[in-house]
Parts: sequence; C-alpha cells; structure tokens
Amino acid sequence: MTRGGGALTTRYGARRGVVVTAVTAAVCALAATAALLVPGPAGTDGTRGGEGPVDRAAAGPRVPAAAAKCQDPEASLRPAGGTDGTAVQRIKNRGWLIAGVDQNSFRWGYRDPANGRLSGFDIDLVRAIAKAILGDADKVTFLAIPTNQRIPALEKGKVDIIARTMTINCDRIKQVAFSTAYFEAGQQVLAPKDSPIKAFDDTLKGKKVCTAKGSTGESELTDESHGASVLTVPNQLDCLVRLQLGRVDAVITDNALAAGQAAQDPSLRLVGKPFTTEPYGVAMNLRDADLVRRVNEVLEEYRRGGTASAWMRAYEKWLAHELPGIPGPPVPKYKD
Amino acid sequence: MSYPQPTAGTPGPGPGRTAWREGLDRLRAAAITEPGRLRGIGAVLAGLLIVFGAVTAWQVDDRAAASDAVVGNSQPLSADAADIYRSLADADTTAASGFLAGGQEPRAVRQRYEKDIAVASELLVKAAANTKGSASAREQIAKLNEQLPQYTGLVESARANNRQGLPLGGAYLRYASDRMREELLPAARRLYEAETGRLGSDYDDAERWPWAALGTGVLALAALGWAQRREYLRTNRVFNHGLLGASAATTVVLLWLVVGHGVARAELEDSYAHGAKSLQVLNEARIASLQARGDENLTLVARGAVLTPGGDDAYEASYRAGMRRLVGGDRGGPERGTLLERARSLADDSAGGDPVDKAIEDVRRWQQRHGEARTADDGGNYERALPKVIGERGSTGESFDRVDDALRRALTHEQGEFRRAADDGRGALAGLTAGAAVLAVLGAAGAVLGIGRRLSEYR
Repeated sequence: MTRGGGALTTRYGARRGVVVTAVTAAVCALAATAALLVPGPAGTDGTRGGEGPVDRAAAGPRVPAAAAKCQDPEASLRPAGGTDGTAVQRIKNRGWLIAGVDQNSFRWGYRDPANGRLSGFDIDLVRAIAKAILGDADKVTFLAIPTNQRIPALEKGKVDIIARTMTINCDRIKQVAFSTAYFEAGQQVLAPKDSPIKAFDDTLKGKKVCTAKGSTGESELTDESHGASVLTVPNQLDCLVRLQLGRVDAVITDNALAAGQAAQDPSLRLVGKPFTTEPYGVAMNLRDADLVRRVNEVLEEYRRGGTASAWMRAYEKWLAHELPGIPGPPVPKYKD
Repeated sequence: MSYPQPTAGTPGPGPGRTAWREGLDRLRAAAITEPGRLRGIGAVLAGLLIVFGAVTAWQVDDRAAASDAVVGNSQPLSADAADIYRSLADADTTAASGFLAGGQEPRAVRQRYEKDIAVASELLVKAAANTKGSASAREQIAKLNEQLPQYTGLVESARANNRQGLPLGGAYLRYASDRMREELLPAARRLYEAETGRLGSDYDDAERWPWAALGTGVLALAALGWAQRREYLRTNRVFNHGLLGASAATTVVLLWLVVGHGVARAELEDSYAHGAKSLQVLNEARIASLQARGDENLTLVARGAVLTPGGDDAYEASYRAGMRRLVGGDRGGPERGTLLERARSLADDSAGGDPVDKAIEDVRRWQQRHGEARTADDGGNYERALPKVIGERGSTGESFDRVDDALRRALTHEQGEFRRAADDGRGALAGLTAGAAVLAVLGAAGAVLGIGRRLSEYR
C-alpha cells in the first residue's frame, strides 16, 4: 500500500490514478499541475475561522526546502493490531475519549440549534472511533476547539484527537501526527445559480469575493485575484451572510465547507473545479503513535465495504447532496 | 467743581440764531444753574435705577430660562438619549438570549426585545422633534433611524435561520450584533454626549453670575449715595425721603439678587453633583453590564468562531473587559475608578447607595456563575453550560437581571434627587424678575420725588 513515496510529480497523479472511477482527466491534469507548481500542500489549509497571523504562519510558506524533506505528508502509520499502547490504555482507563471538534461547520461539526446536539461528518467519525476503542459511541467528551488552538490543544494534552476539517500538510506533521486522509477537499468558488461567475478564473473580473481571514482562499487570492476585489471576514460562514445581503458576488472557501454553505442556501452552487488539494486527517499527539495506528485501523474499517461502507453512509447523509459524485474515500497511504 | 462762565464770544439774539443753537444755550444755562443741575441729577438717578431694574429682570429671566432648560429640556433629552442607548443595548442582549433558546424562545424574551425596539424608535422620534440646533445630535438621530431597521432585519434573518436549524443564523446574529456595536451604539453614545453637553452648557448658563445687573446695581447705589451727600453738603439736610426710599429699594433688589442667585446656584450645583453626575455614571454602569451580558450570550452563540489576535474567544475577552470597567477584579469590593465604585461614592444617602451595593453584590454572584458556566462549556459540557447562562434560576441571566433592576432603582432615586434640587434652585429665583422691575420703578419714582422736593424750593 505504500504508494507515491517517491517522485514529487507522481504524488497526486498516482493516487488519483488508483481512484480511477470518477476523477476526470482534466482534474488529474490540474492536480498534477498543482503538484508541480506547489511543492507540497503546505499552505493549503482547509480551515477557516478567526485564523490569526499565528496560524497562518503555521500553515507555512511554500518553500521548496520544506518539500524536499516532506514528500508525502499524508502517509501515516500502519494499523498494528495486538495489545493496546499507552495512549489507548490512557483513554480506556479514563473511560471516555476527548475529541476536539468544530461547532460551526454545517454538515461537518455543528451544534444543531433544534436540540443542541453536535452532529456532522467529523462527529460521526469521532463516535466510530469511540465505539471501536471503548465499545460505546457516546463515550466522548467533545471540546469546541478554535482553529488556531488545534495544535496547542494536542500538545498540552487537552484532547486525545482533533477531528475538525484539519488539512494534513508538511508543516503540521512536524507538530502533530495525522491519521490517513479521510476526506479530500479543495478550494472552490461558491456563487448564486444565475451568476456569470463560472470558476476560479477571469469570470471573477470586477466582482467582489469573500473569504475567511487567514485561510487558503485568502492566500490564493493574494497570488491571483483574477481581477476580483476581496473582502475578508473572521469566519467562512460570515461570507454567506455577506453573499445573501448582496455585499459580495461569490465566496471562496474549500468545497467541504462551501458544501455546508450551499446546504443552507439552495440558491447557491459550487462552480468550477477545486483548484487546490487538501486532505483532511484526524490529528493526534506525536507521542501517541499507538493511538494513530488504532485510529487508522478504525478508518480502515470505516472505509471497508464499498458503497455500503460506513464512510459512504456518512457521505450520503451529510455531504452527497451538495458535493455529489465522490465515489469513495481517499486511498490511505502509509509510511511504514 | 468749576462752572463754565459766559464769554464775550457768546452770540446774542440775531438773525443767524437757529432752534438748534437755542436748545444748546438752554442746556448750557441749565447746567450752570442749581435747578438745572438738580434736574439732570434726578434724570440720571431715575435712568440708572430703571436700567438696573431692566438688566436685573433680563439677566434673572435668562438664568431662570437656562435652569428651566436644564430641568425641562436638556436633562430629559439627555436622559432620553441614555434610554435610547440602553434600549438598543438591551435589544441586542435580549436577541442573543432568545437565539440561544432556539426554537423554544420564551415569549417574555421576545416581548422584551420588541419593547426595546419600540422604546428606541419612539424616543428617537421624540429626540428628533425636541433637539434644536445641535448638528451632531441631528446627524446621530438620522443615522440611528437609518440603521435601526437594518439591524432588526438582520435579527429576523438570524431567527429564521436558527429556527430551521442552520448555523447561518449564528453568523447573522453576530453580524447584527457587530452592526449594533460598531454603528448603532456609537451613534447613540454620541447622541447622548451631545445632549449631555447641552445639559452642561445649560448648567453653566444658569449658574453664571449676573455681573451686569450687579454692576449697575452698585453703580445706582453709589450714585444715590453721592446725590444724598451732595444735598447734605449744600443744605445740611440729613435725610431726603425720596432718595432714601430709592436707596432702600436698590439695596433690597441687590441683596435679593445676590442671595437668590447664590442659593439657586448652590442648588443647581447640588442637582448636578448628586443628580446629573450620578445619573451619568449609573447609566454608564447599566450599559456596561448590558454589554457584558451580550458578550456572555454571544460567546455561546459564536462558539469560538471569532477570536482575538491572541487566540482567545473575542466575546469572552470583551465580557472580561466590560466587567473590569464595571467592578474591576473578580472578588471583594469594586476597584477604585470602576463605574460601580464611582456610582457608590457619588450616592450621598442610603436610598441611593443601597441599590448600588445590591448591584455590586449581584455582579459578584454573576461573575461566579459565569465562571461555572465557562468551566462547563470549556469542559465540553455545552448542555450544562447553557442553562447556567439562560436558565431562569441560578443562572448568570438571573444575576444580570438583578443587577439591571438594582441599577434601575438607583437611577430612579437619583432622577428624583436631581429633580428636587433643580426645582429648589429654580424656586430661589421665583418672583425676582417681577420684584426687580417693580422695586426699580419705585426706586426711580423715589429718586424723582426726592429731587423734585429740592427743586420745588427754587420756585
């Protein structure tokens, strides 16, 4: 299963080659180009929300040096089976899992105002992990962790895992350990259905676009604005407010979150293709290697079963309506 | 005293003689004869007394009008502006409370929000009708009138989305609250400052000493004294009843003026120190507590979506800043210079001080409950944290309501104090305008009669 551990050019191409079914040649070319132009997805940051300069700095500059040392950030530790390590034992002794999640991302991790309960794709995944380790999906304490507190919360041991639309990248793997990728997102344009904006291209000329402060969208727009003027707001959801009020013409954020926005406003749609690649992973403390292996084991199980897999059921439940056409989970990569 | 002597150059009657010259000659003749001089002195004395009476009446009326403006116009406008400010802040806080309750928004909460908006709109109409002159105040009223419907629109969008279970509602509410904090409340504060500034200048107008009246009064008295001394020196008569009466009338008006204005001034000072100033500090304290409550609610609405540059929750940070302005640290008495400490030291009796003490006590309980709610929420226990904030009993909301109620009682008390002192001040000048006019006319008559008596001796 160790794949694409070699040449830089084959990183995304090779993997997508495996996921033949749905990925078009155009996307493949785009991804390959992106991989060539952007050595390593450093800076591709699927996150949003009040990211200060600190987090942005953490997302890292796109320096080739980083890529030289880091070829495959999403390669993780292989499931080992056997006896529990210290981290898993710690959770079992405690009796519950502590997970850092988001409360504001519709369809991923949000508190349903109707019943006050957390729900979403990330939340289902956390519950699956709790069930596998502790035998009960409800033995979880969910902590709302702001975007820029994700890594400190892991380092200080406040949480066991972070499942919070967190992008795996070369800078972060120095600070935290990631599971295998459980979703692959990318920056995309969200616009009203009758908008002349068709993609992240020159149709944006003269338009006003909104993106979260400190997000990948902001840095992409700084590199190439396509003639659009940019409004930045604290949180990606604030962009939807501005769009509905007619203050902006389009929103740029990653498609996973944009799907959550489109789900709240049926008059919007995602246009064009994703123009970055951002694999999401469950983050853990670097010392908790046994927990990483255990979570990867859960993910293996979560992915198993083709169209009837737990992953597909969660996808159908939370994401398929606004993000149709994803045939299955990303293929896991291991470094050992 | 030297008198001009007729000279050889004086033209005799002749064809060149005009009416103008004739008049001039007569005047000259009058000035050099004693009856003529007496007539002149009488006219000057009567004139001075009439001027003194008129200036006194005019200046006292001016002061009375200014203190009427304090009580009847600028203080109520300042209080109304404070109410607009408070209603808007309360609406924002209440909207967030209702939002947190979700689909089960209690009717009382909804009604409170609607009442706040209605009160703010009504007072804005009133302020627009009563605010004369001040361009700044009119500008703020126009801005508030323009922004308020936008704000309520955003709150309704927030509610609609929230009821459908969409997190977008929270984003709308934060946006609405941002508009409130960045546009509406600053405009309301500037309106309050403009109206309070007018209150201050009305106070200054009412308290300014009537120097012109005092000056003419002293001058009139001096002139009367000089005229009596002149008569004594020329005739050895000690008393001239007419002039004596005029002096007495002038002295009475002068004393009345000094004492009346002095008392009015002291009472107005008192109404300012114990009323208006307390009212200002209490209004500020009430608004600070409202904003702290709003921040507390929004911390739960935003759920970490907005952070400070340091990575803390922006609303929690703002709550703490509000509490610092209100009482300072977490426990003990309020710190020096904080709003509640200032309100406490301005309260001059137990009726004013007790509600402030009560407010301080409840703020302490609020802080303690807030700490418990934060601990629960930070520990992942949102379900337990929420009732600690918006629940009916044992919640921070209950503490906040108590603080608000105590401050409202303190405000009512200070409003009464203000009114009483200001009314006393106004009473001190009562009758002085008419009295000064009548006494001045009597004085002038006395002067004319007194001089006339001497004059009759030449016939």
